[in-house]
Amino acid sequence: MTAGPATGAPAVEAIDVTRVYSLEGVEVQALRGVSIRIDEGEYVAVVGPSGSGKSTLMHLLGCLDRPTSGVLRIGGREVAELSGNELAALRNSRVGFVFQSFQLLARTTAVDNVALPLVYGGVGRKERRERAVQALTAVGLAHRLGHRPAQMSGGEQQRVAIARALVTDPQVLLADEPTGNLDSRSGGEVMAILERLNAERQVAVVLVTHDHEIAERARRQVYFRDGLIERDTGAA
Amino acid sequence: MRFREAFGAAFDALRANRLRSALTMVGVIIGVASVVMLVAIGSGAKQEVEQQVEGLGSNLILVVPGEFSFGSAPAVSRLKLDDVDYLGRVVGDRQAVAATVTSSEEVRVGTRSEYVTVSGTNENVPLVFDRPLARGRYLSAGDVATRRRVAVLGSEIATTVFGDLDPLGRQISVAGVRFRVIGVFAPLGSAFGVSRDKEVDVPVTAAQRLFGVDRIDALAIKAPTVDSVDELQGRLVAALEQKYPGQKFSAVTQTQILGTIGTILGLLTLVLAAIAGISLLVGGVGVSNIMLVSVRERTREIGLRKALGARQQDILLQFLIEAVLLTSIGGLIGIGIGVGAALLANTFTSLPAAVAWWSIALAFGVSVGVGVFFGVFPARRAGRLDPVVALRTE
Repeated sequence: MTAGPATGAPAVEAIDVTRVYSLEGVEVQALRGVSIRIDEGEYVAVVGPSGSGKSTLMHLLGCLDRPTSGVLRIGGREVAELSGNELAALRNSRVGFVFQSFQLLARTTAVDNVALPLVYGGVGRKERRERAVQALTAVGLAHRLGHRPAQMSGGEQQRVAIARALVTDPQVLLADEPTGNLDSRSGGEVMAILERLNAERQVAVVLVTHDHEIAERARRQVYFRDGLIERDTGAA
Repeated sequence: MRFREAFGAAFDALRANRLRSALTMVGVIIGVASVVMLVAIGSGAKQEVEQQVEGLGSNLILVVPGEFSFGSAPAVSRLKLDDVDYLGRVVGDRQAVAATVTSSEEVRVGTRSEYVTVSGTNENVPLVFDRPLARGRYLSAGDVATRRRVAVLGSEIATTVFGDLDPLGRQISVAGVRFRVIGVFAPLGSAFGVSRDKEVDVPVTAAQRLFGVDRIDALAIKAPTVDSVDELQGRLVAALEQKYPGQKFSAVTQTQILGTIGTILGLLTLVLAAIAGISLLVGGVGVSNIMLVSVRERTREIGLRKALGARQQDILLQFLIEAVLLTSIGGLIGIGIGVGAALLANTFTSLPAAVAWWSIALAFGVSVGVGVFFGVFPARRAGRLDPVVALRTE
């Protein structure tokens, strides 16, 4: 088990959060009152069957979505009070996303893919490149700077995506099935990188997974069922 | 996101879909090219007609019977040759009044013949109009008074009937009656493919006998100064209406003719531009359509950009720039084609095309405007996409 020590300050905090979708007129309760607090430097695995609400929680924690009710704080700021642009800024600076399908821009080189969040953060061209190169070096891809996604293996692409998530120095890294599209060897490499970055950089990692083996490697597991937290091994 | 990055992203997207971008541009290219070309032809025509009206002479007043209007047949004339003297007294200078009676007649020399406009005029024509002679002399007062059968030929008809021979002193037959050539006009060129060098001038007295009439079609008066033109115009009409009670006469000045021609051709140019503008509009709808497709195709990219911190306006700007790039590149190409076509028309046809710089600026401005107008809707749609939904799109 590899996990950095939690420092105690809450990176994200949800109190009795619900999220109701309206799908073709039918109301779907994706989250039915979830409270969870994730501190800086924590390493949390979120486990549960499809439709249990884990992805919805990830979207809320990542400021991509707002709760229907309840309180959601990211980096101490109340999400409900923020404008669309403030949420975008928060996503940009506090949160990093890693997706199952990598989500890299196909026509863009690794270094430019990694630099993309810095573009939206208003960072100058030269500094963007420097920081993107640093981030790629940190995931062991210093030799792939000018490669496009199609020229890289799946594992390498996911490492580019991790570099992109880290380049803004976020407090939370949200990884949604990051190894879902990878063979076990590249999956293992990706997990090792996430664990190392968690330990070295104090970035909280929230990992959604179906894979119990991967979930067991996290210090804390949160089990979801039917829009509720069934069990939280790290709950106070 | 800064403008430069949005510009780069938009340019990359267009480059990635080269064929589609090019086809979308075609609509705008055709629209802009036709606006530029048609406006060039319209303003070229206007310039040429204005040059010709101005080239007639200066301070001219044309007096005709009845109402003066473009395009309608003139009223049957009641003007007589003695009106030259009558109006000469009104102007205070008999030599400032030229009379014309015209008819289309056959001019023949040997076996060569052609139907041309034969004008019966008086000796004042060179004083009233600017119409230089290449050779010989113009009709004299004596020629008019004695009804002498002499003729002054336009440069083209002179070549047609005499070829390389020197026409001076030779005989021509006009409607079967023999006339002696005493002068040849310098070439004037043609207007709209109709040569102005095919005219034959003979003494008005001889013409009246030849045509079997005793009327005059029109009188042309040269005012002594620019400032006296308007005042004289009124006095001439009043004098004629006093002499011929109960009849209408009209006098138009060069400025009025220019104004009327300007209005007509300006309107024509506008209508042409508007018709061409419709194709630009259609091109704009094409841009809108392709941008909607582009937004749909790149839904996941939009979701990703939002997840990475793009604001609504960042996405909007990126897609708006893409649409404006499409139309403004198309506009530039269209301007190039339009200008090129106008220059070709100028060189190889008798269409006088003058490329108006304002039409180029306008065409470019409009194509940028079309991009903004038709790009805003798809771009707003892109900007408003829900990132959660967008990321889930396959």
